[in-house]
Amino acid sequence: MTFRLRLSGQTRRRALRQYLLARAVNRGRALRPVADRTAQITKGDLLVFVTQRNERIRLPYFLEYYRKMGVAHFLFVDNDSSDGSRDYLADQPDVSLWQCKGSYKAARFGMDWIDRLLMRYGHGHWCLTVDPDEFLVYPHCDTRPLRALTDWLDRSGRVSFPAMLLDMYPHGGIEEQVYAEGDDPLQIARYFDAGSYTISKNDYFGNLWIQGGPRARAFFRDNPVAAPALNKIPLVKWHWRYAYVSSTHMLLPHQLNRVYDEDGGERISGCLLHAKFISTFTEKAAEELSRGQHYSNSQEYRAYHAGLAQGTQLWCPQSQEFRDWRQLDDLGLMSRGGWV
Amino acid sequence: MTAQVRLGVVLLCHADLQVAARMARIWADGGARVAIHVDARSDAGGMMQAFQGDDRVVFAPRRRCDWGRFNLVQATQDAAQALFDRWPDCTHVYLASGSCLPLRPISDMTAFLAADPDRDHIESVSAREAGWAKGGLHEERFTLFHPFDWQRRRRLFDRSVRLQRRLGLRRRLPAGVNPHLGSQWWCLTATTLRAILTDPRRAEFDRFFRHVWIPDESYFQTLARRHSARIESRSLTLAQFDHKGRPYLLYDDMASLLAESHCFVARKLWPGASGLLQQFPTRQVALTDPTPPRPDHVDRIIQRRAERRVTGRPGLHMQSRFPRKDAENGKTAGPYAVLQGFSDIFPGFEGWLAPRVAAQVHGHLFDPVQVQFADQAAFGPGAMSDSPALRDHDPQGFLTSLIRHSAQMQLFQFSARDNQALNWYMATDPNARMAVVTGAWLVPLIDSDMPFDDIRRIAAILQRAELDQLKVLQSNWVRARILRWELGDFLARPLDCLNAALHLVDPEAAPVTDLPVMRDLSGLAALLRRLRNSGLRPRLGGDLDISPPPAPSKGKPTDDD
Repeated sequence: MTFRLRLSGQTRRRALRQYLLARAVNRGRALRPVADRTAQITKGDLLVFVTQRNERIRLPYFLEYYRKMGVAHFLFVDNDSSDGSRDYLADQPDVSLWQCKGSYKAARFGMDWIDRLLMRYGHGHWCLTVDPDEFLVYPHCDTRPLRALTDWLDRSGRVSFPAMLLDMYPHGGIEEQVYAEGDDPLQIARYFDAGSYTISKNDYFGNLWIQGGPRARAFFRDNPVAAPALNKIPLVKWHWRYAYVSSTHMLLPHQLNRVYDEDGGERISGCLLHAKFISTFTEKAAEELSRGQHYSNSQEYRAYHAGLAQGTQLWCPQSQEFRDWRQLDDLGLMSRGGWV
Repeated sequence: MTAQVRLGVVLLCHADLQVAARMARIWADGGARVAIHVDARSDAGGMMQAFQGDDRVVFAPRRRCDWGRFNLVQATQDAAQALFDRWPDCTHVYLASGSCLPLRPISDMTAFLAADPDRDHIESVSAREAGWAKGGLHEERFTLFHPFDWQRRRRLFDRSVRLQRRLGLRRRLPAGVNPHLGSQWWCLTATTLRAILTDPRRAEFDRFFRHVWIPDESYFQTLARRHSARIESRSLTLAQFDHKGRPYLLYDDMASLLAESHCFVARKLWPGASGLLQQFPTRQVALTDPTPPRPDHVDRIIQRRAERRVTGRPGLHMQSRFPRKDAENGKTAGPYAVLQGFSDIFPGFEGWLAPRVAAQVHGHLFDPVQVQFADQAAFGPGAMSDSPALRDHDPQGFLTSLIRHSAQMQLFQFSARDNQALNWYMATDPNARMAVVTGAWLVPLIDSDMPFDDIRRIAAILQRAELDQLKVLQSNWVRARILRWELGDFLARPLDCLNAALHLVDPEAAPVTDLPVMRDLSGLAALLRRLRNSGLRPRLGGDLDISPPPAPSKGKPTDDD
């Protein structure tokens, strides 16, 4: 006779969250500090958390972009880089760096490490968790610093801010324009899809599941279910009891995922411009494919590899050229909500 | 007429004291006398030091202030008293906070006040007429007891309100008090304010307002009605509140908007808005600027922008707007047209129609094999893919996004062969205009060279699908504009029907006089007879004039579709 334990969703989610936290502490023991400047962090500082591997060429622009936004400190996990990015990061005055030689996959694609750092250093701060190829755009970002946004979120009683991943791509082949260190990758990959997205709601975690965009139409046109998720909640006023469940797509407790309005109104949201598809991509894809360290057996990278080998272009005549946040707001990809 | 105006300012501060000190200096430099109250919980050391020996500023005894409690009123009373004690010759008192930013030179304001020196500028709206407060209680602010702090003891607050409602408790208002509400920020004449402070019944009123919710928005607003005959019920401070009653913040990018408003003071300043601090108050030009405040324009702009938080944009589904069914405030962003059956009767119908209507004419967008965008394009508006798998992953998103991302009206063909997932959605959408010829799916089957068994099977499937769709189109909940003909009626007068359909889609379209090329219908009767004889009763299409007439049915009709 089988005995099945019936637990409420609430209990199961709590158990999962506690498991994730325990796991983060356990896996986090593998983190070795290279440069620990966390003593510089003061109350109320904005923090950025990043996992990176061999992204040396992207880092200067990345750091510059977020410094201008008003980020006070960066916390990096370096997963066994070999291109000098570790030394580069260790020399930066506002970066704390940990290295980890363990498997990216076994650490839930780096989320265990990030959860550990968030738990230790993020508590009480507004924390932004991004990749080196993701650039946050939020309402009024051309005139108001990130601090203005977090102050407003604080006043409105919000603790999480959604920013959908917006895949950017160049005109023509990905290889055509070579990316050089320090360049703005969004000058090369400056096109995006305005309206090719699909949305469904995940009732268990309470988050929206957004898919689509250029990757779905170029690489997953016959298997949309497998297309990568684009919904993200990268900016959170962290509490040590919170945990990211799957990348930054969803969080626990699940109330943090309720960043959308169901009564017809619009809440505030931003976009993460994803400048993945530039000249560095092909090499990266080949390497990642051989390492097999990515989600669901690197299915995504295999699809890219096959697609790009056939000369697939992401650009199409209906692609839009990126201008500024107002354009994204008008298109309904993000919303300023009630932030006048 | 101008009179001498000596302005006194009561400045309430609790956070961001550096900014508040800057504001105090602006007021003092502009010639006003300032009484500062700093929340007892803030560290006021720096601020007191900054104004040491400054005889234009006086500090009121400090109290702890909580949002929405009576101690905020007491702080104001104390500070006003301190102001009068030190400068008995004040003629006007302005109540501002440390985050209220003077936009124009203080001398402009004194000149404005001097033009009508007996007027009290205080927003004061009768609480009996609903509508001033946004969110929360209204008249019950006065008629119930509110002993608990709303911000810190929310639960107790709500319970106490519920309990009092259930018990039918109602406070008795002090005699002669007619409750009024209004903006917390006012400018009263010294006469009125003194009368309020020295009212012989003040103890009684204070006792009453101690348990009123958010008394800072009602104490002076109510009592000013007792003591003042000349109330200008509009605050001189520009303040806007969102749908939850929280004030909007001011940022650097609003500078031009604020300058255009010609208001004297605006709130609430975001402490990091250094650009605004540099720009305002505007420099004194040679003469005082007599322009009165014109807040309406700013009010409207801010309200319009803020509306989006509450109602959102129709037809938009995105990461921060995912309305539940029937809360969409508009299922789609604009009108669109669905033509069903026409492309079955007229091959090449899309090409014929495109130049005749002001709309983008697509083929069968919900076709199971390929999304047929106009001109056989591989990508639709907004870079949508022509992959049916992607479309069927979220058909509703496909339709709403198609309409949202195209400037032109969208028109597409539909049939029983297509994905039927959106039948309810379109039928209940007031933006949909549908022209339907039922049974038209029969027509392409006439010339089909498939084996008859397959034709019969397909006919049964399509008939079932269209009957299900008809149930939707005939329901009580239909909001779409629908024209519907049976195939027989349509064929009897095709030109009239086609013109009616065109008129529905595009009322401006010129009536057509020629028909597009029609399929050869000569085999229709034979097909119908064969279907019927094979046991499938054709229930759609209407009177198709089939000869020989059907034999009278006896007993149970065969109907296995």
